[in-house]
Amino acid sequence: MTEMLDQQRDYVLRSVEERGVRLVRLWFTDVLGNLKSLAISPAELENALEDGMTFDGSSIDGFSRVQEADVLAMPDPDTFELLPWGDPKVPEARIFCDIHHLDGSPFEGDPRQVLRRHVKEAHDAGLTFYVAPDVEFFYFEPLVPGQAPVPVDQGGYFDLTTSDVTGELRKQTIRTLEALGIPVEYSFHEDAPGQQEIDLRHTDALTMADSMMTFRLAVREVASHHGVHATFMPKPLEGVQGSGMHVHLSLFRGDDNAFYDADDAYHLSATAKSFMAGMLHHAAEITAVTNQTVNSYKRLVPGFEAPVHISWARNNRSGLIRVPIPKRGNPVATRIEYRSADPACNPYLAFSLMLAAGMRGVREGYELPDEADANLFEIGDDVLHKLGIQQLPQSLNDALVVMEQSTLVQEALGEHIFEWFLRNKRSEWRSYKTQVTPFERDRYLGVL
Amino acid sequence: MAARESMLAVVPDPASPELARTLDLAGYSWKAVSAAEPAAEHEPAGGWAGAIVDIGADADAGWAFLRNISKQGDRTIPVMLLVGGAQLSDLEHRDELFDDFCLSPFHPAELEARLRHLLVTDIDLHRAELVEYGELTLNLETYQASIAGRPLDMTYMEYELLKFLAQNPGKVFTREMLLSRVWGYEYYGGARTVDVHVRRLRAKLGEEHANLIQTVRSVGYRFGQSRWDS
Repeated sequence: MTEMLDQQRDYVLRSVEERGVRLVRLWFTDVLGNLKSLAISPAELENALEDGMTFDGSSIDGFSRVQEADVLAMPDPDTFELLPWGDPKVPEARIFCDIHHLDGSPFEGDPRQVLRRHVKEAHDAGLTFYVAPDVEFFYFEPLVPGQAPVPVDQGGYFDLTTSDVTGELRKQTIRTLEALGIPVEYSFHEDAPGQQEIDLRHTDALTMADSMMTFRLAVREVASHHGVHATFMPKPLEGVQGSGMHVHLSLFRGDDNAFYDADDAYHLSATAKSFMAGMLHHAAEITAVTNQTVNSYKRLVPGFEAPVHISWARNNRSGLIRVPIPKRGNPVATRIEYRSADPACNPYLAFSLMLAAGMRGVREGYELPDEADANLFEIGDDVLHKLGIQQLPQSLNDALVVMEQSTLVQEALGEHIFEWFLRNKRSEWRSYKTQVTPFERDRYLGVL
Repeated sequence: MAARESMLAVVPDPASPELARTLDLAGYSWKAVSAAEPAAEHEPAGGWAGAIVDIGADADAGWAFLRNISKQGDRTIPVMLLVGGAQLSDLEHRDELFDDFCLSPFHPAELEARLRHLLVTDIDLHRAELVEYGELTLNLETYQASIAGRPLDMTYMEYELLKFLAQNPGKVFTREMLLSRVWGYEYYGGARTVDVHVRRLRAKLGEEHANLIQTVRSVGYRFGQSRWDS
């Protein structure tokens, strides 16, 4: 293991030298899912790989309290990549970091360390957690403050328009992603004007969380090179679909898909069913993290292909969990699709909670409720109530209230992040609540 | 390093399915020859790289074949015998006719290991600093790789996987084999990690070179061409 690490370090140092890398960006993620970068010169790199880089964590959202300010960024040499944008004559590279205390112990405020812990727990139980997100986002004309955003095109679902600026952008984005080792499965124009979808191929959860951080940056970088503003805001426009991040999940035991059972009518194993039951049971508790902005809840409304109810079905896109029917009944492709999350989440924390909720169901043998195959948007609340189908939280505030009561989320995130997240998001809700919106003025000013 | 061009003679013709499968998976080029004919008739231009003789099938014919090779002068090609348990006593006083033997029915991994050991050449032993295959070049000293003159930017594990595959062209590896040989330690990614890395490597090699890494259905992966494609 140490020898492996030495070789990896050696590889990174040699590559920096051979490729003439001028700047190495040490990447890590704050609690809200913002990518942070600490740039160092190649001369510092050997030191950084060996001993880490100390920095003041109190300036990072959700990191240290002031009295224990200094933390250590330890580069993970396995994540070394040359960045495919920028000036090729002065190449830059990036490495993801794990954040440690100065004594070397994992830092509780680091989302990557949180996911690492969950992935390791699953690994110790012989399981590997694979995720594949379908990410939606919008391309807008350059933003003008105070004015509504203007989509770059008027295309619709799967449209191939002729003056295809978005097609070209997507093509370049995919090329950039592939160069960064992020394999793309599909990409297409989504339903709303300017809205795109890029589906990534599955990897293990930690790699995918890193990839999501890179993905968001790559999409924005490529767009801004073309004078376009890309956004992962969950619901940027009224009256059209918002942007979700559907996450396809599966658990493998070695080469075997632990979600697959050839003898089951749904081809779902007992593990898959209790995993789904766990996700459904704890869905409301994890929603504040999978949908962490005030704006997230404007997407989770009926009529826009986003889930509103806590239910599952095979081919019903109004439910929270969909069980896609794999092509040619391929056992390896058996998976579940969790549909509520949005791409503005912190992927490390979101994947951690999905895994924790599912694994709680597996460990405690939760019973999967019946499939809800009707279009839930067309069923009255009283009927849903009788069926025992509940709604996802309706606002960030609702979600925070449920999260606060959740021992599962508290354990899964750790006390540090749990407490900070609640505090930060409550304050976000408070500032939102004090706003008087155009909606209110339009509706009330004249008549009241 | 090019694919193994040297050819093994396998006696008798046809070879047993187990033997054929083991040799194919290990990436050997081979040809079944009948014990009744002189092997020289089928001998490739560069000569046989070795012979595998299954004595169990027809012991007399097998020994006759070996004596024949031996009589043709200095026996230079390495010979592997496959013998049944009841035939072990036949080996006595025939030491000059073979180099190693494997008890039949054989364990594929054992036969593969013995063949590798037997057929080791000076070229294999030489640790080249450059691994070349077609337009792909890997410099083992500087960790740099290029395809058709274009530098390849890879992560360490992508580089290690490509290096391992390129050093063993034509040979089929299962995911588990690659995971244990290339990653070699407890890796959280699990066996599907190999698929993920192969997918990434293909993308980085580019469309026209992506097929350097072939998927062998329900087995695993192979780098470069097998003997069937050439």
